[in-house]
Amino acid sequence: MPITTAEVEHVALLARLKLSPGEKAAYTEQLNAILEYMDKLNALDTRDVEPTAHVLPLHNVFRDDVARPGLPRDRALAGAPEASEGQFKVPRVV
Amino acid sequence: MDLHYLTAHELGGLLQHREVSAVEATEALIDRIEALDGRVQAYLTRTAEQALEQARAVDAARARGEEPGPLAGVPMALKDNLCTEGVRTTCASRILGDWVPPYDAAVVRRLKAAGAVILGKLNMDEFAMGSSTENSGFFPTRNPWDLERVPGGSSGGSVAAVAAGEAVYALGSDTGGSIRQPASFCGVVGLKPTYGRVSRYGLVAFASSLDQIGPITRDVTDCALVLGAIAGHDPFDSTAADLPVPDYRAALKPGIKGLKVGVPREYFGAGMEPEVEAVIRRAIAKLEELGAICEETSLPHTEYALPAYYLVAPAEASSNLARYDGVGFGLRVPGRDIIEMYMNTRSQGFGPEVKRRIMLGTYALSSGYYDAYYLKALQVRTLIRRDFETAFTKYDLLATPTSPTVAFRLGERAGDPLAMYLSDLCTIPINMAGLPALSLPCGFSQGLPVGLQLIGKAFDEVTLLQAAYTFEQSTTYHRRRPELGVA
Repeated sequence: MPITTAEVEHVALLARLKLSPGEKAAYTEQLNAILEYMDKLNALDTRDVEPTAHVLPLHNVFRDDVARPGLPRDRALAGAPEASEGQFKVPRVV
Repeated sequence: MDLHYLTAHELGGLLQHREVSAVEATEALIDRIEALDGRVQAYLTRTAEQALEQARAVDAARARGEEPGPLAGVPMALKDNLCTEGVRTTCASRILGDWVPPYDAAVVRRLKAAGAVILGKLNMDEFAMGSSTENSGFFPTRNPWDLERVPGGSSGGSVAAVAAGEAVYALGSDTGGSIRQPASFCGVVGLKPTYGRVSRYGLVAFASSLDQIGPITRDVTDCALVLGAIAGHDPFDSTAADLPVPDYRAALKPGIKGLKVGVPREYFGAGMEPEVEAVIRRAIAKLEELGAICEETSLPHTEYALPAYYLVAPAEASSNLARYDGVGFGLRVPGRDIIEMYMNTRSQGFGPEVKRRIMLGTYALSSGYYDAYYLKALQVRTLIRRDFETAFTKYDLLATPTSPTVAFRLGERAGDPLAMYLSDLCTIPINMAGLPALSLPCGFSQGLPVGLQLIGKAFDEVTLLQAAYTFEQSTTYHRRRPELGVA
């Protein structure tokens, strides 16, 4: 069992997910089955293999630093669950 | 005449010659949707009024003597992860709910400029995570060939709409097979272009190093036509390659004499239905009969693509989906403080498969496991790419099944995530390598469509389309329609 219920709880917290006891049990079992399948990868020797994060030979793609019109503020805020004074409003943080 | 089952190039010809108006065509499609979609359930949002407005604009342009192009006035629909200004975009997720994007995706902007008539937004697995469209946060879509079976996924609504005559063509997205596998299940043509061929600006991100938008059509000519309309550089997507876009439709010349086609043996493994294999073997024999030189070959790391993908894609997804926090858009479920608000929102907004992938991805990226899982998967990705690079020194194309099985029954794999993941065995390696591939109808098994997958070299969609076109011109599978019990 590579992953315990305690680890599932820790990962859920990192991912900002609140899991019910039923979900915790189900994910522990399912993630173990999936990770067991992933262990197949350990059959490969990859010591000298470069990782591929991205298939295109691109690094930084820059545009000229010229100001252009962007999305107007009211339209950017139009989908927000709560907005106030031209800003996204969230519960008190500090 | 059944306007709803014409291809885009057929209907486009009638429109250009004023034999049919765009409004007539659009009304025919709207009627078809009204009559059928209660059973097929392809659409999440219908935009009939807007579609008729777009159709009237095209008719008016033609009445003025303008010719807005071959796709102008042709009714189509979009997978609901493509942003549409003023029209809700849900990604089939409760977390986006009734979110209305303030802008159009680049592909939507291009199609609107080409005069497309947009009928609505199509169902999918939530955030494109799934292989059956059963993970939609709203309802499952059904396969028009057998309403008790899944249409495949994640672009299940898109393929079902095209197969049922509820849209002339559609756009989908493909991260691990989400265009090709459902195209195979529903007997239509589905292309995943080369990574970088089509701008993804305005596509709701799932796994950014793998996602690509592509056409779902009833024949290869339409596939070429639509690809030409959506491909090309975009300053808003830094991965959209700055390369010229060929005239794909003009390049469709039949003839594959001497074309070298590799048939990788690893794609015919355990779990493949014998009758599907027989159909695929016959299709490959057909390619030979048409002049191609087909030869068995090997892509030795194929079996590692699936486990590597299910580390890479969830890792990227866990990062991309961090933005759904109840602040900028979509659902917010209140909590005592901001952290609890995040957790309540995400727990109630995401469905089980999305949560599972976020958990898997977060785990793979978390401290202590990064090297063992995520980095290892990226290294394996290199080995998979190299397999293809080696094969393409010898071959012009590769031919494989698109899926080891025909469409499965609703509910059959829903309880077993790993069994569901195995549906994408034949399509995932191609996303890992960033290559173009298409699925085209090549026969039937148990009365259900089977798709042949052709895989090309990066940015060589022309060879891919030519071979597919040549095959299609000498077969009739793409002309068969499901019996849906309506005229």
